[in-house]
Amino acid sequence: MRSDRRRRSCVQEVKTANRQQTLYKPNISRKRWQKVWRNWELYVFIAPAFLYFLIFHYGPMYGIQIAFKNYNPVRGVFGSPWVGFDHFVRFFESYYFWDLMWNTLAISLYELAVGFPIPIILALAFNELKHKRFKKLVQTVTYAPHFISVVVMVGMVIAFLSPSTGILIRFVEWMGIDAPSFLTSPAWFKTVYVLSGVWQSAGWGTIIYLAALSGVDPGLHEAAIIDGANRLQRIRHINIPVLVPTMTILLILNMGSLLGVGFEKILLMQNPLNMESSDVISTFVYRSGLENAQYSFSTAVGLFNSVINAFLLVTVNQIVRKTSENSLW
Amino acid sequence: MLTGIRETRQDKIFLTLNYIYVTIAFLLVAYPLVYMISASISNPKEVASGAMWLFPKDITFEGYERVLQDQRIWSGYANTILYTVVGTAVNLAFTIPAAYALSRRDLVGRGFFMGTFMFTMFFGGGLVPSYLLIKELGMINSMWALILPSAASVWNIIVSRTFFQGTIPSELQEAAQIDGCSNFKLFFKIVLPLSMPIIAVMALFYGVGHWNSYFSAMIYLNDSAKYPLQLVLRQILVLQEMSAQGSGMMDGSAASALNNKAEVAALVRYAVIIVSTLPIIIIYPFLQRYFVQGVMIGSVKG
Repeated sequence: MRSDRRRRSCVQEVKTANRQQTLYKPNISRKRWQKVWRNWELYVFIAPAFLYFLIFHYGPMYGIQIAFKNYNPVRGVFGSPWVGFDHFVRFFESYYFWDLMWNTLAISLYELAVGFPIPIILALAFNELKHKRFKKLVQTVTYAPHFISVVVMVGMVIAFLSPSTGILIRFVEWMGIDAPSFLTSPAWFKTVYVLSGVWQSAGWGTIIYLAALSGVDPGLHEAAIIDGANRLQRIRHINIPVLVPTMTILLILNMGSLLGVGFEKILLMQNPLNMESSDVISTFVYRSGLENAQYSFSTAVGLFNSVINAFLLVTVNQIVRKTSENSLW
Repeated sequence: MLTGIRETRQDKIFLTLNYIYVTIAFLLVAYPLVYMISASISNPKEVASGAMWLFPKDITFEGYERVLQDQRIWSGYANTILYTVVGTAVNLAFTIPAAYALSRRDLVGRGFFMGTFMFTMFFGGGLVPSYLLIKELGMINSMWALILPSAASVWNIIVSRTFFQGTIPSELQEAAQIDGCSNFKLFFKIVLPLSMPIIAVMALFYGVGHWNSYFSAMIYLNDSAKYPLQLVLRQILVLQEMSAQGSGMMDGSAASALNNKAEVAALVRYAVIIVSTLPIIIIYPFLQRYFVQGVMIGSVKG
């Protein structure tokens, strides 16, 4: 690992050296072109993917300009008249703006608060299991829900919580509690959303942490045992510090999509009765844009969402970079 | 490891609690899965009353019969298989060569390409501009609208690139080049045969993605004959539109018939969940290892 890093830093040095040379000796750049020419086939390899990103990812970015225009299908993206920030102002001043913001942030933060630590705790617990076969069984089963589609997942939630036939409702009643209508009450939407998400993805989330834990030097544990550390102490002082870099990276990545919450699942779980707590920015964009054809307005709302996401990602990365050794870039 | 060292009392308590904790987590995940299977083959009355709570009771295959009679399920299955096969083939053709090129240290402009790709992970045009683009390209209501807009994923390109960098020795490539091997020949004759593991992992990831996706079909397809399975499932499971065959149940007093209909509808829902997830359930135990491998390759920062 270390030698690899050293090699990489050597490569880095050579690279910067090359770059400096180009500044002083222009004939190096001709060499660069020769290199390009010699490996022309590699550009054939990369061309389809490059074109794909250009068309299907950068293409829509060109379309973002309609957020500042009144899009008219006849005149096209380019020919529609400019209106400046009108759509943004309309969105910020609308009565649903704060509801949308609150729902989006609340669902994301709820999900982060519950969904982020659980895989870590599970991975630490799995790591202490000594029966190989039991460990394998538990892992196989907890990974499985990851492969269930969103539609089926929501179908299962509906089936389990159906007031007439759902087993969970039966169970709650059996415990002597009046079952609330989980699916149609705004108060329960976020909890149902977050907990079903944990059920589906917690097991899968342990994989990366388990991989990191398997890299722990057994010598550390041996030394700790000789020094009289018990299991909890070893977990706290050896295993958890090993996981911290992985945790930071995943945390930053999560922050980047904070306002992008599991849109496809929310869209499926939404109904007119829980709308007041289930409507988030992305579902709002979908409804106003594609269902009501307010192309420009909806693009403006979507752009607002993406800009905040990008901003959060950069900020968190910056904070993490200042406070620890780890960061995305 | 570390046998021969006796556990202290504290350790034993901790271990016991840990086993209890893991067992609870295991049961919480496993129970809904078992329940679904049992409910799909049990008498709907037992299910509705809560008498069936773990193992199937009063076994019936009526749910499956109804599901298999439903034309929408069959056409959805056929469409999904088509989209998954074509889509995965396209994904691989876009991902693997690009990832290989990016793994080469002597590729001039590597940083530029990587940067261009990575930027799209954090910023995008959003829903409406993407929709307008697809419309402009004339792909509405065609299979290509489900395949081309997701032809490659940055994450998977990075994972594959890491694999190429880590497992294919650059000495091998240099030696081949010195012997006068062209890049094409090098890729097809030497690199690809050594890369079957990553190709398998990518095919699995992309394949499952296509199998499970519903959203692009929902916004780009209007013709219900082209609907993939997930969209059909959405109608049955989420929008709760049962097939017309349910109306045949209307006999006896109206109230009990209605009740009965709701129960059968629930039975059909459980059956349809099992039927649609079956392919993945069947292949999952064999492929789990590869899935895990794929995640691990991706987690090694390259």
